[in-house]
Amino acid sequence: MSQSILEQNIASPETPGTKFFPPFAADDELNAKADRWISHYPADQKRSAVLMLLHDVQHKFGFISAESIDWVAGKLEIEPIQVVEVVTFYPGLRQSAPGKFHIRVCRTLSCAMAGSYELMDKVCELTGIDRSQTSHEQPIVVSPCGNYSVEFAECLASCGTGPVCLVNDDFHEDIPAEKAQELLNNYPKA
Amino acid sequence: MSIQYKEGKEPLEQEHRLIFRNIDRVDWDPSIDRALQDGYYEQVKKALKMEPKDITDEVKKSGLRGRGGAGFPTGVKWGFIPPNNTKPVYLICNCDESEPGTFKDRYVVHQDPHQLLEGMIISAFAVGAHVAYIYIREEFPAAAQIVEKAIAECHEKGFLGKDIQGSGFDLEIHIHRGAAAYICGEETGLIESLEGKRPYPRIKPPYFPAALGLYMAPTIVNNVESLCHVKHILEMGGEEYSKLGVARNTGTRILCVSGDVKKPGYFEVQVGKITMRELLYDMCGGPKDGREFKAVIPGGSSSKILRCDETFKISKGDDAKDLDFWDIPMDFDTLAACGSMAGSGGVIVMDDSRKISWVLNNINHFYAHESCGQCTPCREGNGWMKKVSDRIASGKARPEDIDTLESIAYQIDGRTICAFGEASAWPVEAIIAKYRDELIAETSEDNVVKSAEQLEREKFLTPA
Repeated sequence: MSQSILEQNIASPETPGTKFFPPFAADDELNAKADRWISHYPADQKRSAVLMLLHDVQHKFGFISAESIDWVAGKLEIEPIQVVEVVTFYPGLRQSAPGKFHIRVCRTLSCAMAGSYELMDKVCELTGIDRSQTSHEQPIVVSPCGNYSVEFAECLASCGTGPVCLVNDDFHEDIPAEKAQELLNNYPKA
Repeated sequence: MSIQYKEGKEPLEQEHRLIFRNIDRVDWDPSIDRALQDGYYEQVKKALKMEPKDITDEVKKSGLRGRGGAGFPTGVKWGFIPPNNTKPVYLICNCDESEPGTFKDRYVVHQDPHQLLEGMIISAFAVGAHVAYIYIREEFPAAAQIVEKAIAECHEKGFLGKDIQGSGFDLEIHIHRGAAAYICGEETGLIESLEGKRPYPRIKPPYFPAALGLYMAPTIVNNVESLCHVKHILEMGGEEYSKLGVARNTGTRILCVSGDVKKPGYFEVQVGKITMRELLYDMCGGPKDGREFKAVIPGGSSSKILRCDETFKISKGDDAKDLDFWDIPMDFDTLAACGSMAGSGGVIVMDDSRKISWVLNNINHFYAHESCGQCTPCREGNGWMKKVSDRIASGKARPEDIDTLESIAYQIDGRTICAFGEASAWPVEAIIAKYRDELIAETSEDNVVKSAEQLEREKFLTPA
C-alpha cells in the first residue's frame, strides 16, 4: 500500500512531451542559482527556498522528477517527503512532462463569461488534444506530437481582458476562440 | 505638465490617480532611471530622517485600510508588533492577487515596480524590518523578473542593502514565488508557504502575524496596493490624504470591472465618491447592446452577489434609510451594510443573458479546486457543493437539492480555520437567497437520484 502511494506521488510517467526536455542533472548553473535562493533566507530556514528551487527545476526540466526531489531535499537538508508534500500540493508544480508549449487557459468566472471554454475547445481541436479524461489529479493533457499541452487554470488575474491564457511564460490577453489559430502560430511545431 | 497616456487607456475624468498615475503612460518604463526622473525615492530619503513611530502615526492618521480584501486599517496592523519584541521583524508584500475579478496589482508589478519598492522600504523602516519578501504568484513569471531587476537597480543606487542613504538602516528585499494556489493569499497560509511548507493557514489566535508570523517572529503582511499607498501618504501627509474619499473610507482605490459591460477595465477613484450607477453606466459604458444588468459581485468572487433591482435598508449614523442598488457608493462600510463587501475591488458584472446556476457552478468549481484541504467542512463541503451545483446546472437536480446546497454552505461558514470557509460559502448563500426561484425553475421533481440500496430493491421489472 505505502509503496503504491509513493509511486503514485513521485512517479513521472512518460508523455509525448518528454522528448523536449533534458533528463534531470544538477549542473553548476542550477547549483549556483539554488545557493543564491537559499542565501535569501535565514541560515536555519533553508527549507523556505523549496519553491524557488522547484521552479528552477521545473523551468529547465519540464517537471519535477523523483531525482530532482532528492536533489532539492539534499540542498535544503530536509527529508524528501517534505519536498514531495509541497510538490503534490501546488497546482503550479507538475510531475510529468507537459508539451513543449504548455497552454494554461483561465476558466474562472470573468474569463468563462468572455468565452474561455470556447477558446479551450478550439485549442484542443487545433492541437488534436482530447480533454475528456482530465481529472483534479490529472489536469494536463499533452498532444500526441508532444508539442502542445493544455490545462485549465484558475484565475490568472486579468479579468478585464478575458479570455486570457499563459503559454509557458508568455501571457496573452483577449484571445477569443477565433484567435486561437493566431495564438498557436506563435508557437510552431518543431 | 500633463501626462500622456497610451491611446485608449486614458484615465476618465471621474478618476483620481495616485497608484496608477504612471500606468499606461506613453514615456514610461519600469527602470529606476525613469522612476527617479519622476521624483521616486524622495519619500524614502524623507522617511529615513523621521522617527519610525511618526511614519506609523501618519499612516494611522491617513485612515488607510488594507486593499487586499479585509479592509483592516494598515497603521493599526503595524501597531500590533509587541513593544518589547527582541526577534527580527519581517515585512511581506502579498502579491498573490488571486481573488477572481481582481487585476490591479498585476499592473503595478509589471509597469511600476519602483513604486512598490519605495512603499516597501518606507514601510519596512516604519515597522523595523531588515528583511522583506515579495510573494509573487507563479502566474506572473514576467513580473518576478521585472521586480528582481528593480531590486538590483535599487542596490546599485543605494536604496537597498546596508546603510541606506547614510541613515544606518539596512534592508534586503527578496522575491518569493508561489505556485498557483489561491490559499497563499491568506496571510498565514502565505507565511507557511514562505517557510517551505504546505500553505495550510494557521490556527487563530494570534489573530495577526504581527504577534507571531514568519519563523514565529513578528511579521507584517500587506497587499501591493496598500504598500504603494504608504509612499503617497508620506508625500501628501496623513492629514491631507485622509481628505480623499469619505469619512472612515479614505484615499483612493482601484476598482477592477470585468464581465458584461461595454468597457471593462481598471479605474482608480476616491473611495466612496463613485456610486454603482456612475461606475457601471458612466465609466464602463453600460450594458452590452440589447442587454440589461442582472447582478453584480462587488468585491471579488467571495463577496455576496447583489441584484441590480434590490433596495437595501441601511443605517449610517443615527438614521436608517433605504438605499437603491444603483446609489450604493463604492466604499467599505456601505457595501458591508448592504450585506456584501468591498473586498479586493474586483467588480464582476452579469447581464440578463447569464444563467445564475451556471455562475454558481463556475464559482463552486473554483473553490472546490482551491480548498487547501485542512478543515473537513471546507474540504468536503466545497467538493459536495460543486457536485450539487453541477447537477443543478446540468438540469438533473430536484428542488430539494437547493435546500441541500444551502445547508452545506451554512455548515462551512464559520467552521474553518481561515476565511476561505466564508469566502466559499457566501457566494452560494447569497445566490440561493436572491435567486432561489430561478434555481428551482431549473430543477424537476422527476429527477430522482436512487441509492445503491434502492436500486437493489428495484432489480425486477414491475409487472405491467
